[in-house]
Amino acid sequence: MEIPYTAESRPDTGLYNAKVGIWLFLASEVMLFGALFSTYILLRVGADPGKWPHGLLNVNLGMINTIVLICSSITVVMAWASLKLNNFGKFKMFQAITLLCAVIFVGIKSYEYHDKFTHYEIQLKDGRVVDGHMKEQTKDQVTVSGHYLHTEEAGAEAKEGHSHQTAEVKHEEITVKRDDIKYMENYGPWHNTYMAIYFTLTGLHALHVIGGALVIGFLWGPGSKMWRTEPERFTNRIEVSGLFWHFVDLVWIFLFPVLYLL
Amino acid sequence: MSLKAFHLIFIIAAILLAFGCAVWSWMSYFSPERGAWDLAWAVISTLIGVGLIAYEVYFMKKLKNISYL
Repeated sequence: MEIPYTAESRPDTGLYNAKVGIWLFLASEVMLFGALFSTYILLRVGADPGKWPHGLLNVNLGMINTIVLICSSITVVMAWASLKLNNFGKFKMFQAITLLCAVIFVGIKSYEYHDKFTHYEIQLKDGRVVDGHMKEQTKDQVTVSGHYLHTEEAGAEAKEGHSHQTAEVKHEEITVKRDDIKYMENYGPWHNTYMAIYFTLTGLHALHVIGGALVIGFLWGPGSKMWRTEPERFTNRIEVSGLFWHFVDLVWIFLFPVLYLL
Repeated sequence: MSLKAFHLIFIIAAILLAFGCAVWSWMSYFSPERGAWDLAWAVISTLIGVGLIAYEVYFMKKLKNISYL
């Protein structure tokens, strides 16, 4: 039995099966990310004045990642348009650039995560707080490249200096004895509410980027054989993967200013 | 909604973000806590915003025969 409307559009709706399917899926995705955005807004609005962390993220890397994703959206739509114009060679080229953009995005995101996992806040028993990146850890002492925080900055308005909206903070090598440490923790999701929602939102988004790249990669590689037998259906598949990719990029367009700038 | 229509919406959102980033960077540049990259990002964001408007016009002309549905 042949399944109808896999390639041609259904006359009453003007849509083929896969397009209905992807939009239903994207509707569920809107609810998922919408719930997490609402969580972020409620947590932020509910925080005590001046206590919401600010300037913890590297805005330069966020800006670069935003440009990379916008470029990938352009190439994904150009790849689809190339197929519509019967130009398979250009499709291959544009989708290769899309995949490259996805790899760059995930690479930069991984670097940002690594930066946070090696970034420590160390509270000393004398009341001072050291903030910086781990250089060396031994049984007796810890060495970080960082600076001493003002008391009111610790745990809340910690400004790192590599965020381009703040003035540069001079970093130096600071060695502290383990006996002098009251509490030490890196900037992972457990550090505070902001880091928890940051890792949840960006982690889920990164998983979507990886998932989308896998699908685009399959359709670029082994899946592209379909072009020879069913070109119209293959073009539809590229459109559907492009719709998902656009959704993922649109989520980032909202995530970037909310997490990095505001 | 086709990829064409979604792409147009996405580019509009990207244009708004680009000009939003430009405003944010210019404000940051003229603030007392000026960062090293503020001016560069202010100029780059403005150029990207203008470039995306030009691209949107080009895209609509190029794909005028493809349905929005």
